[in-house]
Amino acid sequence: MKSKIRKIVTFVEETHTEMGKPVNPPTRRAAAAAVIENPFASRYVEDLTELMDIGEELGALLSEKAVAALNIHGPTAESYGKAAIVGENGELEHAAAILHPKLGTPVRKVLGKGAALIPSAKKCGGPGTGLDIPLGHKDAAYVRSHFDAMEIRINDAPRANEILVAIAVTDSGRPLPRVGGLTKSQIKGEDGLR
Amino acid sequence: MQLNHDSFPEGAFNMPEVLVRKRAVIVEEIFHEGGPIMNVPQKRAAALAVIHNPYAGKFVQEIAPFMEDLNPLGLDMAKSLVAALGGDPKIVEGYGKGAIVGQAGELEHGALWHVPGGYAMREILGGAKAIVASTKKVGGPGTRLDVPITHSNASYVRSHFDAMEVGLNDAPRADEILLALVMTTGPRIHARVGGLKASEIKGEDGLR
Repeated sequence: MKSKIRKIVTFVEETHTEMGKPVNPPTRRAAAAAVIENPFASRYVEDLTELMDIGEELGALLSEKAVAALNIHGPTAESYGKAAIVGENGELEHAAAILHPKLGTPVRKVLGKGAALIPSAKKCGGPGTGLDIPLGHKDAAYVRSHFDAMEIRINDAPRANEILVAIAVTDSGRPLPRVGGLTKSQIKGEDGLR
Repeated sequence: MQLNHDSFPEGAFNMPEVLVRKRAVIVEEIFHEGGPIMNVPQKRAAALAVIHNPYAGKFVQEIAPFMEDLNPLGLDMAKSLVAALGGDPKIVEGYGKGAIVGQAGELEHGALWHVPGGYAMREILGGAKAIVASTKKVGGPGTRLDVPITHSNASYVRSHFDAMEVGLNDAPRADEILLALVMTTGPRIHARVGGLKASEIKGEDGLR
């Protein structure tokens, strides 16, 4: 392992009713988060390759964890997202190095296809900071029923020299979508947008 | 929030129905906390259920019968915890429980969880002797709860005194109760403050 992992946390949520109306089957989403040591804490380092490689490693590990937590076959996943919180001795660019260059490819390998951009969020914060992981359909970013977000938090992370990296995966959209737009049955899946 | 009664079958709002809006399972795998890195991580798991509070917004004297109605949900949550920890109940060494009552309810509604929550975990773990540590409070959506944890066979095992923070950003709503069960697979990751050890448990009284 390139990354030094202190802990891994997985979250699974199922929504069975919303506003008293049954959601059948329940919508389900999972997030897997790793708390890792920030190799560049408290110093400016120009070359962030090490973090990019860590991103590649975590892309595979966390997407596998999330899919396992949902107990589904990877390609049946419907939406995804990624996010990171950098501890106070790191810089936002460290999150960018993990999330953007190399993390996506192994995620798409686990989930099959994944033509759409993986929506992302990043911030600097202390232990217990909440993270809203944005969600979008994995094959067509414009599917309106799947625009969503999942909040996670870990009370003891990230410490000052750590980075919290998270991937969220769902097998469904919002519980009771009814604001129109592109539906998943209309996906062409060619350009990642529609 | 006004529930839409039309969405449920006739009689659904007469006890003993437990209406679940949402469930969640959270698993932590802890490899180290600055000390030696463990090959086998300590695991903590929490099962949460967000249910409608049938007594929200009014004072009801007779609430105790609802405890029995919660038994099946408790058992299901305890089963999901064991499954999340790998499927073998023998791996579980610590446990705890808690509840957050939405603002239209009272603390006493949270106390309804003591019996069914504890019963469920003992049933699934088979022969757990220690009292199940617990906590409860009234709160709004996003309120966090530190669920206390002790060894499941002997309350005084010092290495297993622990807690797990849980919560959901959208729960509990005013007329809901968030119920929590927690199980762990071992001591704090770098436990070293002495006291009764798990290896010294006599296992007679649930304490030592």
